[in-house]
Amino acid sequence: MAQPATQAQAATDTPMIELSGVNKWYGQFHVLKDINLTVYPGERIVVCGPSGSGKSTMIRCVNRLEEHQKGRIIVDGVELNNDLKKIEQIRREVGMVFQHFNLFPHLTVLENLTLAPIWVRKMPKREAEEVAMTYLKRVKIPDQAQKYPGQLSGGQQQRVAIARSLCMNPKVMLFDEPTSALDPEMIKEVLDVMIELARSGMTMICVTHEMGFARTVANRVIFMDRGEIIEQNEPEEFFLHPKSDRTKLFLSQILHH
Amino acid sequence: MAMSEAADGVVPYEPGNRPDLPPPASERGIVGWLRHNLFSSWLNSILTLLGIALVVWVVPPVLNWLIFNATWTPPAEVRNLSRSANLQDCAPNGACWLFVQARFGQFVYGFYPAASRWRPDVVFVILCASIYWLLAGWTPQKKRVAIFFFLIFPFLAFWLLYGGLGLDVIPTQNWGGFMMTLIIGVVGIIVSLPLGVLLALGRRSNLPVLHMLSVGFIEFVRGVPLITVLFMANVMLPLFLPPGVEFDILLRVLIGVILFSAAYVAEVVRGGLQAIPKGQFEGAMAMGLGYWQMMRLIILPQALRISIPALVNSFIGLFMDTTLVSMVGLYDFLNMVKTGFKDANWIGADMTGYIFCAIVYWVCCFGMSRYSMHLERKLHTGHKKR
Repeated sequence: MAQPATQAQAATDTPMIELSGVNKWYGQFHVLKDINLTVYPGERIVVCGPSGSGKSTMIRCVNRLEEHQKGRIIVDGVELNNDLKKIEQIRREVGMVFQHFNLFPHLTVLENLTLAPIWVRKMPKREAEEVAMTYLKRVKIPDQAQKYPGQLSGGQQQRVAIARSLCMNPKVMLFDEPTSALDPEMIKEVLDVMIELARSGMTMICVTHEMGFARTVANRVIFMDRGEIIEQNEPEEFFLHPKSDRTKLFLSQILHH
Repeated sequence: MAMSEAADGVVPYEPGNRPDLPPPASERGIVGWLRHNLFSSWLNSILTLLGIALVVWVVPPVLNWLIFNATWTPPAEVRNLSRSANLQDCAPNGACWLFVQARFGQFVYGFYPAASRWRPDVVFVILCASIYWLLAGWTPQKKRVAIFFFLIFPFLAFWLLYGGLGLDVIPTQNWGGFMMTLIIGVVGIIVSLPLGVLLALGRRSNLPVLHMLSVGFIEFVRGVPLITVLFMANVMLPLFLPPGVEFDILLRVLIGVILFSAAYVAEVVRGGLQAIPKGQFEGAMAMGLGYWQMMRLIILPQALRISIPALVNSFIGLFMDTTLVSMVGLYDFLNMVKTGFKDANWIGADMTGYIFCAIVYWVCCFGMSRYSMHLERKLHTGHKKR
């Protein structure tokens, strides 16, 4: 499939993420079928598709939370293979935000944010705390720094999780359905943070069903079904003139209810 | 609607302005407490009355035996050292605490020479101080104390207890009593915890060799009673050693107890590890933490907190099981007390001896249990029900 021209700050740049011919199986089940995807620095990609279509699996392959069995994944110039050192090197540069936040409940918010900078980046504690407070201000909850995650609302927890990833100063951010586990009134506060992040020029891949978000910030929307990328396009084109029948069906199901 | 409420004597309020009212009298105060806890139904009322009857029936005789009819002070001839005490000095219908007084030194130190008993005392004080220092919330310099406690103290303690380098050598055959029980219990607990954690991690490992070794060890040890492990440590361990190498019997027993306890700790910790959601591992890995960092900083603190009740259960069991070392000829606390009432002067003091043992063991184990409950509350974060 021809890649549509993005607002392409940087068609000449080296890609930040490159998936070529990626295949993955769970036992007999073929979850990812020949995935090809190139993401340039500064691009914001939204991945959508029905449940079980392999969206999450695909982005989890990018930081090797899932292993692919065929094809190549190159992140920031480093190819992912079984080399643990390389995997950890890539994970340092790739932030990830999960559906269920995955904050560490035994640590305070501040400790959650400083843990990886201190232990992985070897940053002095004081400096890590300063960085953490900057990001907590950016996600608008500096006053919760000394609380435990269990004392925060879902929306606050997810904003902490975003700040936690940002503290590692990543080059790419992956979002795996960041708003799916939230109560409706909390979705906006998280999306606002993500929109702000997108405007700051972060390279992002978001698996989400928030089509408003996709319209506002995405350079490209990717539609996946049954382990394949069916269609990708700029958001305007994607929503107004979907090409394949499966895309049309999916859009009609999520937009008209 | 408003009409009927007004008729009930309740002032009608505008929506959103209804104030919080105190609960009715039946829910408050001592009456409410009694009603809820003791007399909430006919069956519970009967059980409450039966309970009171049981207390009235049991407690006075027990107190009489333990305290009021018991003999606390020796007769004058014993006090001015013209003879030593014996069972005849005690009232027949109460506890004979004279027996405990007369034998107290042996109960605590075994056959450790009286002149050197300051050495175990020093070890005990350092042990208690270090443990308190490490566990209390407010003490500074925990890292240094931990290094001292885990790396230096064992050697210091061994030197003080065993001797050499200027101190009289006191072979382990002379050790005994509560000191022996504490040594086996404390060493067993402190060494088997990290060993058990490693075994638990090994059992969950993806490396087949490590996994199989861990499973094999855990299942083998758990399938054998401690007494067998002790006999094996006593009889079989020397067979595997080159001839001429002598292994101290206490050391052999300690190794047996540690390995035995580690297998149980491993299974307890494994249970804790299984309760940690996959998301915690993924959250840690996604930030670039390595395996050991992830385990040490994220997974184990949570898994061990969950495991506290079961761990303490294991440790209390281990502490009780130290009495089994008497089977391979060591004089632990219980065995020392039993030896005490085999003395011709004290034949018949067995009841007092056993009750005294029970009280001492109970205080130790109850202490551990209370501490673990305190620890659970302290480590608790978040909103779950306590």
